[in-house]
Amino acid sequence: MNITALSKEELLVEFEAKINAEQKIEPLDWMPDEYRNHLIRQISQHAHSEIIGMQPEGNWITRAPSLRSKKILLAKIQDEAGHGLYLYSAAETLGVTREQYIQWLHEGKAKYSSVFNSPALNWADMGAIGWLVDGAAITNQVSLQKTSYGPYARAMVRICKEESFHQRQGYEIMWKMMEGTKDQQEMAQDALNRWWWPSLMMFGPHDSDSPRTGNAMRWKIKRETNDYLREKFINKTIPQAELIGLKIPDNNLVLLEDGTYKSGDINWDDFWKNVNGNGPCNEQRLAHHIKAHTEGAWVRESAFVSGFQK
Amino acid sequence: MEAKLKYYLQIADNALILSHRLSEYCSKGPFLEEDLANTNVALDLIGLAESMYIEVARQENEGRTGDDIVYRRKETDFLNVILVEMPNDDFAHIMVRQFFTDVFHQQFFSELRNSKDEFLMGIAHKSIKEVLYHLKRSSEWMFRLGKGTVEAQEKAQVAINKYWKYTHEFFLENDTDSEMLKAGIGVDLSLIKKNWLAKVEEIFTMSNLTIPTNDFTIEGGKQGYHSENLGYILTEMQFLPSKYPDAIW
Repeated sequence: MNITALSKEELLVEFEAKINAEQKIEPLDWMPDEYRNHLIRQISQHAHSEIIGMQPEGNWITRAPSLRSKKILLAKIQDEAGHGLYLYSAAETLGVTREQYIQWLHEGKAKYSSVFNSPALNWADMGAIGWLVDGAAITNQVSLQKTSYGPYARAMVRICKEESFHQRQGYEIMWKMMEGTKDQQEMAQDALNRWWWPSLMMFGPHDSDSPRTGNAMRWKIKRETNDYLREKFINKTIPQAELIGLKIPDNNLVLLEDGTYKSGDINWDDFWKNVNGNGPCNEQRLAHHIKAHTEGAWVRESAFVSGFQK
Repeated sequence: MEAKLKYYLQIADNALILSHRLSEYCSKGPFLEEDLANTNVALDLIGLAESMYIEVARQENEGRTGDDIVYRRKETDFLNVILVEMPNDDFAHIMVRQFFTDVFHQQFFSELRNSKDEFLMGIAHKSIKEVLYHLKRSSEWMFRLGKGTVEAQEKAQVAINKYWKYTHEFFLENDTDSEMLKAGIGVDLSLIKKNWLAKVEEIFTMSNLTIPTNDFTIEGGKQGYHSENLGYILTEMQFLPSKYPDAIW
């Protein structure tokens, strides 16, 4: 067998040609370190977000006000756990174990979506999270179905199918609350007030302030820019809010002549405060995960040891 | 309330309260796959409970909904066994509580498939499929804990010793059970007990775990007298409908 060693430059040319031809990069394919590291960061951050995102909703399962809503919420959180599982599996194909990813999370070296550092304070938050947070996530994830890394793209296809249910279920909660008593309407508006801006921040900094966008776009990891996706989400969501009588908490929101909306300025100080660990629930969310993982150590060890028994 | 509907409630309340405890554990599992399995079981149990509450509401025909029965019922009207109220002390307690209940459900629903009551017969056929999965999982965990590390074996045995006295209530035949047995609707709990014990012995023997030798019993749930835990469970579960009685969710 003839093995021809290609130089790094030649490999890069081949890699980029594949990407330009819209072919997927697979785990055993050669890829630049920068591409691999970008994916390690992005997919694990995505996986951690799904898992940490179980907490604000998990907080309400035992208080869900009807059996139907309890079932839907449980199933939704279970979906999130499943998404975490697909994504950790996709991330592991890059040569890093799940255990390592979790350790990086616990050490603060890996991030998760800052939106989950907001507290879930009333039942309408279950609606707002589904409608807005999952709605923002799906806007981003639809474009990621075409991402260049095969395992990530395939995970996204499955995830998107489920996320669209979540968004509709979340909106249904908001709609029911707005059809309900004055207390319920106030809860719904309060939830929107608190989740609107964090949802817009989910798309990340403005394109002009997003240092990693360049290569990620060139290598088709990201397919659309932060600002494009954010605007898409805003334009989709505002009519939904208005339809059920909710007011978008943005006094500077402008309806443009072409029928699209321009939102007021996002408070990026809040965003960075949150990203840097000082949001309302950062410590709580991480401590919860560390506690569960630590308390589960003896269970994992026993399961492992028992594997050698008959 | 007629005996048959009380019988329905005994089954439904066990499922609902255990499901509540499992829901509390969501996002706290020892690893992701187990977290998923835990919520799967919680969902199955809510599904079972919900069908039964809806049927109770339909048959009693007093204008209540299934949700009213869950959310607007007082503590002493809940008829679950005390075991399912026990808190999630650690993974061993959660899994031993689950294993005891799964074996009971397996035996109970197997027999209930012969019920003369069409609704119960249907529920039994549907539930047994789910319960067999639940039991497979909890039996495997008995093995993993009992035949794994010394620490895990000890924790599992502590949980078994603690919960054993609550298991007798599964088989305690109250007036409702007797009436249903006579009518060919309910199952013979003495038979269930025999089969339950045999299954528990089989799995424990395989798993280096021991059945306690004492015969102490703690019971009362099936008569509406519960542990202190149920008050807290219901306070949390019924919080929104209690606070906003006019709201429709």
